Amino acid sequence: MIDVRNIHKTFYVPHKVRALVDVSAAVRAGEVVVVIGPSGSGKSTLLRCLNRLETANQGHIYIDGIDILDKKTDINKVRAEVGMVFQSFNLFPHKTVLDNITLAQRVVRRRSREEAHAKAMALLEKVGIKDKINVYPDQLSGGQQQRVAIARALAMEPKIMLFDEPTSALDPEMIGEVLDVMKKLAREVADRVIFMDEGQIVEEGTPEHFFINPINERTKLFLSQIL
Amino acid sequence: MDASSELVRIRREPSFYLWAGVFLLLLAAVVGGLYLATLEIDYVWRWYRVPQYFVSHRQIEVRADIKGEVDAIRTEGGATAVVVKGRDEEAVYAVGKSALKVAKGDTVYPGDLLAAHAEWQPGILMEGLWLTLKVSVIAILFGIVIGFITGIARLSSNPALKWTAMTYIELIRGSPLLVQIMIWYFVLGTLINTLLAQQGIGQVPAIWFGVGSLATFAGAYVAEIVRAGIQSIHRGQTEAARSLGMNYFQCMRCVILPQAFRRIIPPLAGQFISLIKDSSLLGIIAIRELTKATREVVTTSLAPFELWFICAVLYLALTFTLSMLLQYLERRLLVS
Ligand SMILES: Nc1ncnc2c1ncn2[C@@H]1O[C@H](COP(=O)(O)OP(=O)(O)O)[C@@H](O)[C@H]1O
Ligand SMILES: [Mg+2]
Repeated sequence: MIDVRNIHKTFYVPHKVRALVDVSAAVRAGEVVVVIGPSGSGKSTLLRCLNRLETANQGHIYIDGIDILDKKTDINKVRAEVGMVFQSFNLFPHKTVLDNITLAQRVVRRRSREEAHAKAMALLEKVGIKDKINVYPDQLSGGQQQRVAIARALAMEPKIMLFDEPTSALDPEMIGEVLDVMKKLAREVADRVIFMDEGQIVEEGTPEHFFINPINERTKLFLSQIL
Repeated sequence: MDASSELVRIRREPSFYLWAGVFLLLLAAVVGGLYLATLEIDYVWRWYRVPQYFVSHRQIEVRADIKGEVDAIRTEGGATAVVVKGRDEEAVYAVGKSALKVAKGDTVYPGDLLAAHAEWQPGILMEGLWLTLKVSVIAILFGIVIGFITGIARLSSNPALKWTAMTYIELIRGSPLLVQIMIWYFVLGTLINTLLAQQGIGQVPAIWFGVGSLATFAGAYVAEIVRAGIQSIHRGQTEAARSLGMNYFQCMRCVILPQAFRRIIPPLAGQFISLIKDSSLLGIIAIRELTKATREVVTTSLAPFELWFICAVLYLALTFTLSMLLQYLERRLLVS
């Protein structure tokens, strides 16, 4: 489903940062992969390369068999199949909750008003904010906003969902409600964990492997700091 | 509950009334001082002379130019005509809306009144005001179109678009409007009209060169306002829209521009108010807008002070109306 081969990403502005260095990874359909690592290790950059919000400088990325770094690829088609949830929600402030969820369905998927509406209602029910459909995002709590953002991404019926630290901007008491929604989507909390540091994948394995006997020294250090 | 619709009774400090009084006194002093000064130079105020330059009541007359007898009064399809038969000639006079002053069989001499009516006619100031309004509105509309296109081009990563936009903006903002008007009229105008004449096609009237100069001038400033407005929208908005599969135009139309638009309105209002005032410069290329019209009537009116004050008040009325209109639009957008 996702096949990343030897990608590199370097930022030159405001100064040279090698955000991804020779990263390769593969994710099968239905798999839940969690990427961990210290701040600035390149987690967001890796995720953003997967839907070409950032363009990798080198290497290949195949999404469902399509080479997204190929100039001839219609990236908008690929993006419609790859949902993304951001740390800072990024809801459209000038649109109601309902319109936030129906907008892309209508302009990208070309669904009818009724169809988009029905889809939005079903998803809002699933994320537990059915009573706020005509409210603007700034009248919602952070947790509610993030749940709307998840519903907005799901409405496109994507094959892949990317979550970039979806709870890190939330007050502690709201983290639970967002995680509950995410647990509903995933069969497992994680099939596989990838540990990144300084733009590289340092260690990869099952959650048990990580928390019981990690091999790499950097992994051990990182885990000892957060646990 | 809308807070602004609630009646709030504010208890004022006594000093508030003192300073309000000082303000009124100052105002009275300025107006009174000005008035006294005009008396000192024996200026005679003639406000009664002003209204005629707005509307005048004009007599429309139909007179005979032959000697003869009214042979018939014909009415065909609602239009009335008087037929006068002379010894060996006949003349037909269309009456229009005028009331008849003769009947069938009357004898008329050249110069005799056949029909007449009074008509309200717009005065020269009214025509000037109308022209100022027309030129401003057209220039504002074109300015918006030019400004939005240039503003978006300015943000493009394509060098041809970006550099064209930058060059245009810098050229316009770096030279005086008066000079630009001259270039539009005396350079572009001469070129275009001479070329058209060579092709045997009609001429472009001066007013369109005036509109062109104002629209391109405003367009450059609108472009900068639009650019700043778009840049003020957080990058996350574009990223969210694009990550859902929207293309550049869908993202602009549905997500970025609607948000940018609200922030753009207040500075746009200022720009358009400037444009209305700047239209007063068009008098130099023989466009008889409000200022030029005032200058013309002042020479014959015997009331220059009154007319210049009226001229200023008329501009104020235009700019004030526009600013109210845009404030209303801004409130409407904030509600939706
Ligand atoms: N748009 C950008 N411009 C310049 N540098 C960036 C940009 N995005 C990320 N970086 C840099 O790339 C590195 C990796 O960042 P990021 O992927 O956000 O890390 P993480 O999400 O793991 O905290 C950091 O050093 C960061 O400063
Ligand atoms: Mg990050």
